Amino acid sequence: MAETLFDKIWNQHVISDLGDGNDLIYIDRIFLHERTGSVALKSLEEKGISVRSPNQVFATIDHIVDTLPGRGDETMMPSGTQFIESLRESVRREKINFFDLNTSRQGIVHVVSPELGIALPGITYICPDSHTCSLGALGALAWGVGSSECEHALATNTLIKEKPKSMLVSINGVPKDGVTAKDIILYLISEYGANGANGHAIEFRGKTIDEMSIESRLTLCNMAVEFGAMTGIMSPDKKTIDYISGKAFAPKEEEQELAEEYWAKLKSDEDAHFSKVIEIDASKLSTYVTWGTSPEHAIEIEEKIPSISQANSSKENESIKKALEYMDLKENDAIKGTKIDAAFIGSCTNSRLSDLRVAASILKGKKIAPGIKAICVPGSSTVKKDAESEGLDKIFKSSGFEWRESGCSMCFFAGGESFGENERVISTTNRNFENRQGKKTRTHLASPATVAASAIKGEITAVDQIERRT
Amino acid sequence: MNPVKIISGIAAPLLRINVDTDAIIPSREIKAVSKKGLSEGLFSEWRYTSISGRKPNDEFVLNREPYNRSAMLLTGDNFGCGSSREHAVWALMDYGFDVVISTSFADIFYGNCFKNGLLPVQLPPDVIDRLFELSSDGLELSVDLPNQTVTEGAGEVFSFDIDQGMKTKLLEGQDEISLSLKEREKILLFEEGHKKRQPWLFDRKSG
Repeated sequence: MAETLFDKIWNQHVISDLGDGNDLIYIDRIFLHERTGSVALKSLEEKGISVRSPNQVFATIDHIVDTLPGRGDETMMPSGTQFIESLRESVRREKINFFDLNTSRQGIVHVVSPELGIALPGITYICPDSHTCSLGALGALAWGVGSSECEHALATNTLIKEKPKSMLVSINGVPKDGVTAKDIILYLISEYGANGANGHAIEFRGKTIDEMSIESRLTLCNMAVEFGAMTGIMSPDKKTIDYISGKAFAPKEEEQELAEEYWAKLKSDEDAHFSKVIEIDASKLSTYVTWGTSPEHAIEIEEKIPSISQANSSKENESIKKALEYMDLKENDAIKGTKIDAAFIGSCTNSRLSDLRVAASILKGKKIAPGIKAICVPGSSTVKKDAESEGLDKIFKSSGFEWRESGCSMCFFAGGESFGENERVISTTNRNFENRQGKKTRTHLASPATVAASAIKGEITAVDQIERRT
Repeated sequence: MNPVKIISGIAAPLLRINVDTDAIIPSREIKAVSKKGLSEGLFSEWRYTSISGRKPNDEFVLNREPYNRSAMLLTGDNFGCGSSREHAVWALMDYGFDVVISTSFADIFYGNCFKNGLLPVQLPPDVIDRLFELSSDGLELSVDLPNQTVTEGAGEVFSFDIDQGMKTKLLEGQDEISLSLKEREKILLFEEGHKKRQPWLFDRKSG
């Protein structure tokens, strides 16, 4: 029977059919961070169970550590130190690969993983973090799990899981100037809903994907979970293989050749069946930005905020009303031109070198609008170093952006660092939920280009409204 | 995990869609490396007018009679979306919820429910709308997992579907890790073949 890419990787990992709709599947790689990894490791220890294959497990500190220069184990988040110390103690005990604070390989898990060659095509990969789906961009079957499943995988290298339904999202067409992977994924979620892919694993495919850089593919797959999907996955191609080649944990010498041969075969059969198919013409899309408190509340930047009466149900109606109230916006108003208080470039969605390059190309020689608090958090210590060697840090700083250490804390408020109450932030992150970036902080999701352009103007704007020096 | 069978109680209506796990348990309420003590932080942004002072917001459903005694939560599409934090399930259970009823759940949250004995009941939109109507009078429901039914006070019965493997685990309160640890031989055998197919995943020459 014809198989999808997902089927192929899944079937290669089935240890046994449990007969009740679930399979026992083998897990190749596990990545942990201090926020949830600490709990899973501690809970296992309390049960007297050790990690089965520490060589296949990796950990870093990214979530609640501060991003301010000179940061350490002491965090602005009360009790943050406990999470850092707990993880550190567990990884030492279990002899897990660890990228500690203030070492060159530290960074946001989903940024570090591809950059070190830990996520590879054809593998099963989990992390107790919902944005693990990012790594599908490399052809890995990667998804986020809860603590219990993480413990299960750490103890046994397996998970008990029902195979999800399959969805093909085919993206073709050349996007207009300034339209990025972030705009495409925001469009997809706004069009089909934040639960549009619940119960499905998505394969992203098409000419637009072929033309995309690996880093843009990571952005696209990153938000598959905001679309409700278990994961998003893409077939590895030459770009993928070139990207992985030479990375620290990637296959070496004679094994590299073997691996590359294996990876090249990882694609869906031509007649493979998908339970759902969505086709997108990327050439028709423009810049997207969110107005509300769910990623599905995204509109084209030239569009008006929807009216409450457009809702399909009383529950949706209530949600739109609450979202407008929270965001302090009015139905039918323009989103473009909305004044902002802050701008943020960072997170596992958009903090890689290419994201910073795009933002810097817009900020070069310009100043951000007076009174705007603008922050750039490179995705990893490596990204930071590479950006600095290109002089990007100087461009950010001279435009008025703060230049910080890598981590997740400005993307989700854990009680420490945050944007202020009622502040309106245009942000390259993935979640515009209530209170996500700070108490009563209002988040508008957008691409790095849109964030940089908006920071300069002091209001939500598209990059084509900014004069650029070449 | 305690076995789940038949649960009766008041269902609190939370008339919203896309309730995310950040709303269920805000990150700043997760203060310790622990699965316990999360009940106070449940829905804290909505439940309190002053979070630090824990001053109740009288308008929030769980602060009103009779919903302050609820055993079930009735809510809109895509409940539990967002962060994978299992703390959302632990907080709901710690508060006293045994059942969450919705038209749909986000995948990771749905899976997390079964690992802890929180029963997620999925019903069609028209049934959920009907239950929302009824819930304005302090709806009492009885949820029967073995028979997969929800019965409301006046006797109207609604059937629901559920994954059979997950159902068995809930009914028996099985611990999956202990079960899978018993599969040691099978896992080792699989691993042998897997190492032959993708040796580069195992004998690492670098790092």
